[in-house]
Amino acid sequence: MMPEWVDGRTIMFAMLAGLAGATAIGVVAFGNAVRSALCLVLNFFTLALLYFTLDAEMLGVTQVIVYTGAIMVLFLFVIMLLNLGSPAALEEKPDYIKKALGFIFGGALFGVVASQVVLPFVETRQAFAPERYGAPQGMGKALFTTYVWPFEMASILLVIGIVGSILLAKRKV
Amino acid sequence: METGVPLGGYLAVGLMMFIVGVIGVVIRRNPIVIFMCIELMLNAVNLTLLAFAKYGPVNQGADPTQTAMAGQMMVIFVMAVAAAEVAVGLGIIMAIYRLRHNIDVDEMSVLRG
Repeated sequence: MMPEWVDGRTIMFAMLAGLAGATAIGVVAFGNAVRSALCLVLNFFTLALLYFTLDAEMLGVTQVIVYTGAIMVLFLFVIMLLNLGSPAALEEKPDYIKKALGFIFGGALFGVVASQVVLPFVETRQAFAPERYGAPQGMGKALFTTYVWPFEMASILLVIGIVGSILLAKRKV
Repeated sequence: METGVPLGGYLAVGLMMFIVGVIGVVIRRNPIVIFMCIELMLNAVNLTLLAFAKYGPVNQGADPTQTAMAGQMMVIFVMAVAAAEVAVGLGIIMAIYRLRHNIDVDEMSVLRG
């Protein structure tokens, strides 16, 4: 018999959380970069669904458009270009010392953050955000009033990024 | 007893993804996969920001709408920075590949062309 605090939302969350964790491990564990990229696509989709379970609809849709739509296409495009050049460019040699150090430090970081940040909130179930806090209307209003300066800075940053990447792509080496 | 998903659940998923990203950055040598791991870490932080935006306790006298909005705005700006970062970073990887025909990060120990 299931404990009494398990309801539909909890089961949904558990499934999405398991999928997110499995695909995150897949990104690192697959040797082939294309498989890693496809795992990352699945991970971003799962995250968008997790955003929906947090009532942040606007950001869930933005996640699908920006990450799975734009960023992952860029990743797959670059992998394709490198594979066309020479398949050997993406091969990796094993290095066991680095692997051991990575797992030790990762485990230590996990222990510290889990004990200090995650454990105090294990029983926090009360939502403080108002209803429909993730709706596009409220977000647009906040973006153009309170957060208008960061918004303009982000647009300048994106323009600089576009110009910089064009410059990198066109430069003769 | 209260039902629903606790805040700790979302934080645990975010932490797990972040740690996997950290380990990936350390152990992988392919710069494209390292970039993917950085994206994984950014998204893990986005998830925790949104979880705190919904469940985070509101200070006395603060407007709960503003508090919930602050976390979402942070996520929007993280996404914008990540998009710019990926465009420039993958351009740099392509430039390095054209120069050296090899993109193993352990062999790129000199910071000049």
